[in-house]
Amino acid sequence: MSDYDVIVIGGGPAGLAAATAARGGGRRSVLVIERDQKLGGILNQCIHNGFGLITFNEELTGPEYAARYERIARDAGVEFVLDTMVLDVSPDRVVTCVSEACGMRRISAGAVVLAMGCRERPRGALNIPGFRPAGIYTAGTAQRLVNIEGLLPGREVVILGSGDIGLIMARRMTLEGAHVACVAELMPYSGGLKRNIVQCLDDFGIPLLLSHTVTRVEGRRRVEAVWIARVDEKGRPVAGTEERYPCDTLLLSVGLLPENELSRAAGVELSRVTRGPVVNESLETSVPGIFACGNVLHVHDLVDYVSEEASAAGAAAGAWADRPVGQRGQGARPGVPVIAEGGVRYTVPQSIDPERMPGRLTVRFRVGGVFEDRRVCVYLDNERVIARRRPILVPGEMEDVTLTREALLGRPGLARVVVTLEGA
Amino acid sequence: METRTLTCIRCPRGCAVTVTLEDDGAITGVTGNSCMRGDTYARGEVTHPVRVVTTTVPVTGSATEKMISVKTAGDVPKDRVFDVVRALADVTATAPLRIGDVIVHDVAGTGVDVVATKDA
Repeated sequence: MSDYDVIVIGGGPAGLAAATAARGGGRRSVLVIERDQKLGGILNQCIHNGFGLITFNEELTGPEYAARYERIARDAGVEFVLDTMVLDVSPDRVVTCVSEACGMRRISAGAVVLAMGCRERPRGALNIPGFRPAGIYTAGTAQRLVNIEGLLPGREVVILGSGDIGLIMARRMTLEGAHVACVAELMPYSGGLKRNIVQCLDDFGIPLLLSHTVTRVEGRRRVEAVWIARVDEKGRPVAGTEERYPCDTLLLSVGLLPENELSRAAGVELSRVTRGPVVNESLETSVPGIFACGNVLHVHDLVDYVSEEASAAGAAAGAWADRPVGQRGQGARPGVPVIAEGGVRYTVPQSIDPERMPGRLTVRFRVGGVFEDRRVCVYLDNERVIARRRPILVPGEMEDVTLTREALLGRPGLARVVVTLEGA
Repeated sequence: METRTLTCIRCPRGCAVTVTLEDDGAITGVTGNSCMRGDTYARGEVTHPVRVVTTTVPVTGSATEKMISVKTAGDVPKDRVFDVVRALADVTATAPLRIGDVIVHDVAGTGVDVVATKDA
């Protein structure tokens, strides 16, 4: 007998939605373990609006979206422990955690949902030459300093990388009285949402330099300037294009990495593309009874889709925990592989068991470049069952297709599902 | 006649919306939007652009928060955004506060209130 039917690791948007769904209307005991002193995760520092249009049909700020979900989860009877760090998840679903209040504890679960979120790619991953002066922050760290701590990291700012957090921080720093000289982006396209280019850069006349990167950081104790150069199609700086930008602050918005140390230690197979767990149609990882959702599974652009995905993972984890212990292993067979081709970089899930999939299953994916006027196509073996026209697909925006159980069950012996792009 | 193409900011989809204007500024057509929000946004954006402003103000008396996040309860004219931020520069809020509590009435004479978006 487990201590809880379902344990959810992480109390951000994914964890809250997964836990609520796992409760199954009060049928199951569910515990969320959160390392921070409050729930809501990164939403608490995302004070801008634009969250919740899909989930709540209104535009909320991050803290408001988090507060709504916390209320929903509490009303559903989910239990929480805060200020508690999970140290280990074992393959037989014993969670070891530690807190100042309770010391070290071991808690067993029928099923575990991984919802630890992601981290920012740090400076160390970029190989920018120069000294290591003060004044270089990831965009999310700067966001925390400004919005939670009430501190302004600097006055004259350059931003490297056009991810959404970088764009949001360009506006935020400007409103707080700093001057943002430019946003430099290595790729020939922005990594952020179009709306953020308009309302965070264009509104304030902040230039976006595509195909540009920082080649040098000047300053020994504090950043004094950065040098920015144009890059060629292979991302190499073009000689003679370097320009010096005097500044005291460099913000980095150069990508997010799922935080999977616990998953790896539990023996969960990780994808080299998403850097998150490989999952089946139930968002179950390679370790039976361990599920994953949100940014620890793959990095999302929109919290609304995180909530949607996490609800599915929580419901599946709950159903798994309901099964008698002796029957949990039964019926576990490799599903039909979902293969990403023709510009599609990855899919989540990576396999589907038609028997177990819901009536309609959302398959999310990203493309590896900018594609104009294409069709998103799905093949069941050699038969094309979906061909949906898309005027433009970009790596910064997650896409999805919906597969029906009926279509897959209607093809006994199905060997593969292919998601690909074709000319329109 | 003039046409202007805008990126709609009302949802993450970011539709490219084209507005056709007569010489006197009258709008004769809006195309490229996927929903009515885009139509409304585009018509507003070429005549009197507006934005919701989100920022923070310090809060005293809260056990958990140093800063409280706030927003304008509705749209303010885009050219008044900095006035709103300046009007909040010297404001300090006092806990306890609930989401939706008014922090400043009629901020910078815009007729719009600034409200808390976090409990403190």
